[in-house]
Amino acid sequence: MFGDVVFWVLSAVAVAAGVMVFRFDSMARATYALLLSLLCVGGLVVRLGLDYLGVVIVLMMTVEMALMAVFMVMYMMNPAGLMPMSMLHNTKGAAVVCGGLFVLLAAGIVLAPWPHRRGRPGDDATRALGESLMGPHMLTMMTLGLALFATIVATVVLATRRGRYDRFGDALRAPRADDPARGGVGR
Amino acid sequence: MAETAPLWAVVVLPLALVVLAGVAAGADAVLSAAHGGAGAWRRAADPWREAVRLLVQQPRRTRAADRWLGRIGIGLVPVAAVLAAAVVPWGLRPVTDPAVGVVWFNAMEALAWAAVWLAGWGPNSAFSLVGGYRFLAQGLAYELPHMLALTTAALGAESLRVGAVVAAQRGLWFVVWMPVAFAVHLLSAAALAFWGPFAHPLGRDVAGGAAAEWSGPDRLVLLAGRWLLLAAGAAFAVPLFLGGGHGPLLPAWLWTVVKTAAVLAALLGLRHLVPTVRMDRYMEVAWLVLVPLTLLQALVVAVVVLGRR
Repeated sequence: MFGDVVFWVLSAVAVAAGVMVFRFDSMARATYALLLSLLCVGGLVVRLGLDYLGVVIVLMMTVEMALMAVFMVMYMMNPAGLMPMSMLHNTKGAAVVCGGLFVLLAAGIVLAPWPHRRGRPGDDATRALGESLMGPHMLTMMTLGLALFATIVATVVLATRRGRYDRFGDALRAPRADDPARGGVGR
Repeated sequence: MAETAPLWAVVVLPLALVVLAGVAAGADAVLSAAHGGAGAWRRAADPWREAVRLLVQQPRRTRAADRWLGRIGIGLVPVAAVLAAAVVPWGLRPVTDPAVGVVWFNAMEALAWAAVWLAGWGPNSAFSLVGGYRFLAQGLAYELPHMLALTTAALGAESLRVGAVVAAQRGLWFVVWMPVAFAVHLLSAAALAFWGPFAHPLGRDVAGGAAAEWSGPDRLVLLAGRWLLLAAGAAFAVPLFLGGGHGPLLPAWLWTVVKTAAVLAALLGLRHLVPTVRMDRYMEVAWLVLVPLTLLQALVVAVVVLGRR
């Protein structure tokens, strides 16, 4: 009973906050409505008995949304995302894509032959997750990690205004980097 | 396995945290006044006096402010502190001891990122927004070494449960063989409370930064919440590295209080000895020095744990 109430409250807030992302006219409000929605999803995952995954979702999404607020404000074409603006773009195309995706996913849920549970879940879901990640799914995780890391490096390379030639001269021979402000380790 | 405290602890916990933070703030006021000569100890009540003053202060408003978003931000600061402190054992019994307590603490501490940025965004003021951005940059600097430090303690206990981490220190405190992780946790406790050497997000050079435009009760919640965060961060060092309630002669709860006070005293000392650090400078120290050091520390602990089996 209590579990049902928690489930429905979290689900309702998650969906409502998700809708509000597109109703707000402020970058900051939209970002934090999305965060609220994701925090509720984290709570739902905890309700599934996956404590570790749920809390990690809360942790990662909080940090991610905090940073996203920065990037959204930084890269917006309207003066730095500080003015009221619509969160909707390409409304007709987006409606078609979203509708199609919803139908596809819903059809998948209804039509897929879901397997019946055999056996019982282990006592310690966190340990089971760790053993799975470090065992049979090691290759997946390593590939994923490498891809993410490559993306980060590529983004930084594309975004940086001052590369090593600016810092160490054309022949890379300068004994000290030519930086506008010196860093914490005195370089 | 440590059992959890009775239900009334839920009510007592925020009060205890407020008292702890108030005493720490009082000690800080005394230290600040110590240069003035005799009678400095009278300043111990200053934080409480200031709190009362803020409660009755006429609030100031800014134009086109997103007041509610900002208020959610400043409200999040003390809420995050209390939720983080819920997994800290007072004595040997925490309010709650979830199987992933260490990750829970980390997640609640991350709420401060969102909170400070929102507090800076809310008033629609340039200086205060600069302060909010400064904290996000600071978060990027301190969070990674801090996560590795927390991981190291959990690794030593082979559990994410805070109770298990305390139980694993029955013989040897983790601070003895994880000194780097302990030091990084202390630095991060100050950084996550944007306090002391890491107070740049509220710096004087930006007219008070994220707190610049907040006045009256709002300001009280933000500044008190910051002390609560600091107290929670300091209190969490005790179960992680200082053996929790374990100790000779004295009862467990008293040991916790004594050790927490010692950690807070060390942090106060840090504040009065080290000037404010710019976050881009700390970023370089954190990523080029602290991350490799904490990784090495984790490696040493992992090898010891494997060798023990």
